[in-house]
Amino acid sequence: MRVGLFVPCYVDQFYPQVAIATLQLLEKLGCEVVFPTRQTCCGQPMANSGYEHLTGDCNELFVDNFKEFDYIVCPSGSCTLHIKDHLHAQDEGGAQHIRKRIYELTEFITDVLKQPIKATFPHRVGMHQSCHGQRGLHISQMSELVAAPFSKPESLLQQVSGLELVTLDRKDECCGFGGTFCVFEEAVSVKMGKDRVSDHVKHGVEYITGADMSCLMHLEGILKRQNSPVRVKHIAEILNAE
Amino acid sequence: MHSDKTHSELAEKFNIDEPRVNWHDETLWWIRQKRDKAVWQLPEWESLREAASQIKHNVLAHLSEYLEAFERNAIANGITVHWAADAKEHNEIVYSLLQKHGITQMVKSKSMLTEECHLNDYLAEHGVEVIDTDLGERIVQLAKEPPSHIVLPCIHWKKEEIGELFHKYLGTPEGNADPQFLTHAARLHLREKFLTRKLALTGVNFAIAETGEFVVCTNEGNADMGAHLADVHIASMGIEKLIPKREHLGIFLRLLTRSATGQPITTYSSHFKQPRKGQEMHIVLVDNGRSVQLGREAFRNSLKCIRCGACMNTCPVYRRSGGHSYHTAVAGPIGSILAPNLDMKQYADLPFASTLCGSCSNVCPVKIDIHDQLYKWRQVLVQDGYTPKAKTLAMKAMATTLSKPGMYKSAGKVGRWMIRKVPGLVNNKLNPWYKQREMPEAPKQSFREWYAQNKKK
Ligand code: SF4
Repeated sequence: MRVGLFVPCYVDQFYPQVAIATLQLLEKLGCEVVFPTRQTCCGQPMANSGYEHLTGDCNELFVDNFKEFDYIVCPSGSCTLHIKDHLHAQDEGGAQHIRKRIYELTEFITDVLKQPIKATFPHRVGMHQSCHGQRGLHISQMSELVAAPFSKPESLLQQVSGLELVTLDRKDECCGFGGTFCVFEEAVSVKMGKDRVSDHVKHGVEYITGADMSCLMHLEGILKRQNSPVRVKHIAEILNAE
Repeated sequence: MHSDKTHSELAEKFNIDEPRVNWHDETLWWIRQKRDKAVWQLPEWESLREAASQIKHNVLAHLSEYLEAFERNAIANGITVHWAADAKEHNEIVYSLLQKHGITQMVKSKSMLTEECHLNDYLAEHGVEVIDTDLGERIVQLAKEPPSHIVLPCIHWKKEEIGELFHKYLGTPEGNADPQFLTHAARLHLREKFLTRKLALTGVNFAIAETGEFVVCTNEGNADMGAHLADVHIASMGIEKLIPKREHLGIFLRLLTRSATGQPITTYSSHFKQPRKGQEMHIVLVDNGRSVQLGREAFRNSLKCIRCGACMNTCPVYRRSGGHSYHTAVAGPIGSILAPNLDMKQYADLPFASTLCGSCSNVCPVKIDIHDQLYKWRQVLVQDGYTPKAKTLAMKAMATTLSKPGMYKSAGKVGRWMIRKVPGLVNNKLNPWYKQREMPEAPKQSFREWYAQNKKK
C-alpha cells in the first residue's frame, strides 16, 4: 500500500521529529511511505481566518502532490479535517479522491491498518483531545453527545507498555490554540491553554500528548513559560517509542 | 449595548482578574455538567434533538403560512396581533398601547427580544418606568447593566456583590449575602410592583400556529404574576418562535430546560390563549432582521434557536470572556452568528471570537451548525471588506509563500535561522504569542531537509 505522507507546514519547520516518528511508525506497520517534496500547507490558516478564497493555489499544489496515492496520512486531525471539508481543484476527480482517502494518523492505524502497536513508554501521560480530530473527524466520542464513548488515539495508547493514561477533569475542552485565534484573541487563548495545562498537572502527568501538534505547541509554550517539568509529545512519537 | 471595543479587547480586560475568570468559568461549567447529567437520563436525547431540528426546519420552510395561521387563530381567541418590521416599530407599538391606556409604569418578565430592541431605554426616554421582574434581570437592571447571559442574566455577579447592590437599592442589611434572604427581599420588593402595575409585558418561548396560543417558560412564575394582575398583557415575540402544533411542545419543553440548566422542565410553562374578562391581550410579532437571515441560506438555521443558553455554558471562550465582551444583546456562539446579520460592520469581530472547537453545535438542542456558520461568516466578512487591511495583506503574503514550494522552503529556513540567531526579533512584546508563551525551538533541519538527506531515493 502506497501512502503519501502529508506533513503540516509548522511540523515540517518546527517539529521534524514528529514527522520522522510518523514516517517510521507507518513503515514499521508495513506501509510504503512517500513524502512528496513539493508539498507545503493545507491552506487552513488562511481559510479559518476568512480567506478561503486565497487558498486556490495551495489546493492545486496539494492535489498535484497527493492524487497518485492509495492513502494520504497526516499526523494532524485539524489539517486532515480541513482537506476533507474544503479541498477543491481544477482536477476535481483528484481532489475528491484525496478527500476520501486522507486519514489522520491514529484513525488510519485503527481503521485501515488494524494492527497492534508495539511500543514502550513508561510514563504518566495525559491525552489532549484536539477538537477538530474529535468533533470534526470523530476520532473520539465527544462529551456533548449522549452516545457510547470511544477514543481511537486512546485505544492505541493503551497498547503501549508501561504507559499510564490519566483521566482528566475536563476530558475534551478546547486548549484555545484555534489558528490565528491564538494571536488575535491572545488573552482568552492563553487562559484556555493555562487551564488545560493545570488539569494535566493536577493529575500528575509527565507528558501531555495528542494527535495535533498545533495544540501541543501552544501548551508547550505555556508550560515552558511556567518552567514546568511537564513536556509535550505528539502521539506518533509515543507510538514509535521503543 | 454598543461598544467601540472589540471582543478581544473586552476579553483582555475581563482577564485582568484571573481568579474571577476562574470563578466565572467554573460556575458555567458546573451548569454544563448539570446539563450533561440531565440529558444522560434520556436515552432518546439525540433523537429528540433531531426531531426538534426537523420541526424547526419545517417551520422555517413554511414560515409565512404558519404566521398567518397563528395570527388567524390568535385573533379568533380574542388576542390583538401586531406586526413590527424592526425594533423601532416594536417599541412604538408598545408605547402606543401604554399611551392609549394612560399608563406610565409597567412590569416586564424576561424577554431577550426586548433587550435586542432596547425597549427599556426607549421607554425611559418617553417617561415610562419599566421594572424587570425576573430576579436576575432585576439585578442587572439595578446595576444599570445589560444581561450577560440569555438565561442567567446576572451570572457574572457574585452573591456578595448582589448583597451590596440590594443594600444600596432595597435597603437590606449591609453585609448580608445569604441568597435565600436576598431572594425574599427581592420578592417583597417585586410584589408591590406586581400589585400596582397595570401593564405587563412578557416574552414568548413557543407560539403554536394550530391553536393561536403561546407558552412562556419561567422558573420564578414572574411572567404569570405580571400577566395575571395587569389589565393589559403584551407578549413580544420574534417571528421564528412558532411551532406548528401543540403536540410538538412535548419535544421542545423536554429539550429546553435540560439544555439550559439541567432541570427536567421549567417550574412554570404557562399557556396563554385568550384574555380574561376585562383584560386586553396583545401579541407583537417582530421581524427585526429575521426575514433577511431566513433569506441567507447558509445562516438560516440560526433561526431555529430556542434560546436555551447551552452554547454559552459550554463555550470555552464565553466562559473566559464574559457575556459583555460580545457587546450585543445575545452573547456567546449563537449571538456571534446572529449579530452580523443585523450589522456586519459593528459585529465583524464576533465570528472570530471562537476557536471553532464545535462544542456549541453539539450541545445545541436544535442542532444548529453554529461553528460552521462562524466559519462561513468569516468568509462573508472578509469578502465584504470588514476585516483589517493589515490582516488581508498578511494573508495574501502567506498564501503566495505557501503556494510556491521553493519560496516556502527558503522562508522556513530563514525564519528558523532568525529565531535561533536573533531570538529578540520574535521574542518581544510586539509578538502576541510571546507575551505569555515561549516560542517553539527552531530546529536546524526541517523535516524535508532531513528527508532529502536520509530517505529520498
Ligand atoms: S443556539 Fe442552540 S444551544 Fe445556543 S441558545 Fe440557541 S438553542 Fe440553545
